[in-house]
Amino acid sequence: MAAAKKISPRKIAKRTLLYTVVIFLSLIYIIPLIWMLSTSLKVYTQVFVYPPVWIPNPIVWENYHEALTKIDYLGYTINTLIISLSCMVGAMISCSMVAFSLTKIDWFGKKIIFPIVLATMMLPYQVTMIPVYIIWRKMGLTGTYWPLIIPSFLGGSYYVFLLRQFAMTVPNSLFEAATIDGANPGKQYLTIMLPLIRPAITTVGVFTFLGNWSDFLGPLIYINRAKDYTLTLGLYAFVNEHSVDWHLMMAASMVFVIPVIIIFFFAQKQFIEGITLTGIKG
Amino acid sequence: MAIADITTRKSKKQLAYKLQRNLWGLAFSVPWIVGFLWLTLIPTIQSAYYSFTDYSITKGGKWVGWKNYIYLFTKDRLFSKAVTNTLYITFIGLAATLVTALIIALLLNTKIRFRPIFRTIFYIPSILPTVASSLVWMWLLNSKYGLINSMLNALGIGSVNWLGDANWTKPALIMMGTWGCGNVMIIFLAALGDVPISLYEAAEIDGAGSMSKFRHITLPSLSPTILFQLITGIISGFQYFTQAYIISNAGGAEQRTFGPENSMLFYAGYMYNRGFGQFQMGLACAMAWLLFLLAAIVTAVILKSSRHWVYYGGE
Repeated sequence: MAAAKKISPRKIAKRTLLYTVVIFLSLIYIIPLIWMLSTSLKVYTQVFVYPPVWIPNPIVWENYHEALTKIDYLGYTINTLIISLSCMVGAMISCSMVAFSLTKIDWFGKKIIFPIVLATMMLPYQVTMIPVYIIWRKMGLTGTYWPLIIPSFLGGSYYVFLLRQFAMTVPNSLFEAATIDGANPGKQYLTIMLPLIRPAITTVGVFTFLGNWSDFLGPLIYINRAKDYTLTLGLYAFVNEHSVDWHLMMAASMVFVIPVIIIFFFAQKQFIEGITLTGIKG
Repeated sequence: MAIADITTRKSKKQLAYKLQRNLWGLAFSVPWIVGFLWLTLIPTIQSAYYSFTDYSITKGGKWVGWKNYIYLFTKDRLFSKAVTNTLYITFIGLAATLVTALIIALLLNTKIRFRPIFRTIFYIPSILPTVASSLVWMWLLNSKYGLINSMLNALGIGSVNWLGDANWTKPALIMMGTWGCGNVMIIFLAALGDVPISLYEAAEIDGAGSMSKFRHITLPSLSPTILFQLITGIISGFQYFTQAYIISNAGGAEQRTFGPENSMLFYAGYMYNRGFGQFQMGLACAMAWLLFLLAAIVTAVILKSSRHWVYYGGE
C-alpha cells in the first residue's frame, strides 16, 4: 500500500520539468507587461540605461499625469465609451433577437439565414470596406459615430452564431409549452429566451464592448476631427508626436490597457465560455 | 358536408397559424436581414461594379473595363509585394500561433497546480488592444534600447535590427503575434478537456507511449478545432492591418510608409492606402474583390481537404 503511494523518481523529474517549462514560458508572456509598467514609472534618463533597470528608481507617478494631460485623454475616453456602450447594447438586443428566430420559431427563413450567417462570418472586413464607406458618405454620415454604431444594431454574424449555438442547448419543450399556453413568440422571447441565455448575452456584451474599445481601423476610416478621436486614434496621434518619450507612451498605454484587464477579471467566465462556445467545432 | 366544413376550417386555422409564425420569425430576423442586404450584399455587388470604374470621392467614376485588374497584375509592383507579404504573415504566422497555442494548452492540460493563474497569464496578452500591444512591442524590439536586444546581447548573440532590417520585420511581427495566441490556447485547452479519458486508458492498456497517444488520440480529437482555427486564422491573416500600420508609421512620418523596403506592406494596409490615401476607390474595390475570391477559394480548399484529416467523434 505504502509502496503504491510513493512517487517514482521518474515522475518527480517529469513534474519538475513541466513546472520549469511552464514557469519559463509564463515569464516570457508576462515580461512585456511588466516591462511596460516599469518603463511607465521611470525618469526619462533611466529609460535608456543598459543593462536594463527593472525597478524604477525613483518611481515617477508624474509620468501618468503628464501622459494624460498631453492629450485630451478624458475626452477620448468619453468618445470611446459612447461608441463602445452603444454597440454593446445594440449587439445584445439585435443578436439575441436573430438567434431566437433561428432556433425557436418555425418559419421559412430559419434554414435560409443560418448558412448565410456562417458564410458572412468568413467574409473579410476589407471586402465591403470601401463600398460601405461610400454608402455612409452618400448619406452624409462620415465623420460621425453612426457608421461605427449602427452596424451593431443589425445583428453581427459572429455574435448571432455564438448566441444561436447557446440557444440550441435550451430545450424546445419550454417554448412548445408556452405556445400551448397561448404565449406568442414575442412574449416567449422576453420571458423564456432572454433569462435563459443571459450568460451568453453577457458574453456578447463583453466582447462587443472590448472589440470597439480596441478598434482602430473603424475610427481611422470614419473619424476625422481630433476632438472626436477614440482612445486608439488618440494614442496613435500621441505616438506620432512623442515617439522618443517611451516612458510617457508606456504610461498612456497602461491607462488604456488597465480597464481591459479589470473587465477580464470581472468577466473571466464569460470570456472563457464565449470563446470555447464558438471556437471548438464551428 | 359537415366533415368537409370542419377540415377546411381547420386547415384555414393552420394556415393562419403558419402565417403568424412566419411573420414573427421575419420580425425577429429583421435586424440581420437589413444589415445583410444593406451592409454586406449590396456593397459586395456595388464593389464589383466600382472595380471596373475609376471611381473616387472627387469624381463620379468612368467605366474602364478590366483596367484596374490588369494594372494590379502587370504594372503594380507594390501589389505583388503586398500579396507575398500577406501570404507570409498569414501562413507562417498562423503556423507559429497554432503550434505555440497547442504546446501551451498541452502543458496546461496536466495535473499542474495553479492552472487558472497560468491560464490567465497566457490569455491576457490576446485581449489587449492591438494599438497598445504594438506600442509595447515597438519598445521591446527597439534596436538600441529594446529589452529583447539587451537580452540577446547579454547572451552574447548580439543585436538584431528588428524593425529596421527588411529581413527581420516579419519575424518580429510573428513573434508579437504568438504572444497573442492566448485565445486559441483557451480553445485548444477546452477541446483537450473534451477528449474522453477512456481512449487514453485503452491506449495505455495496449502499451502506447505518450508520442503515440498524442499522434493517434490527441491530434485526431483536436482536428475539428484545428480546422476551424485554420479557416478563421487565415481569414484574419488576410485582414492583417493595425499592427503593421502602427509599427511602420509611428514616428510621425509625413508620408505613409510600409517599413524598410516595404517589408510591412500587407494587403489590407495597401488597400486602405489606395482607397483612403490616394482615393483610388475603383482600384481598391478591385483589390477587395480579389481578396473575396481568394478567401472563398482558400476556405473551400481547406474544407474539401478536411475530409481526409478531420475526425468527428463517433465515426
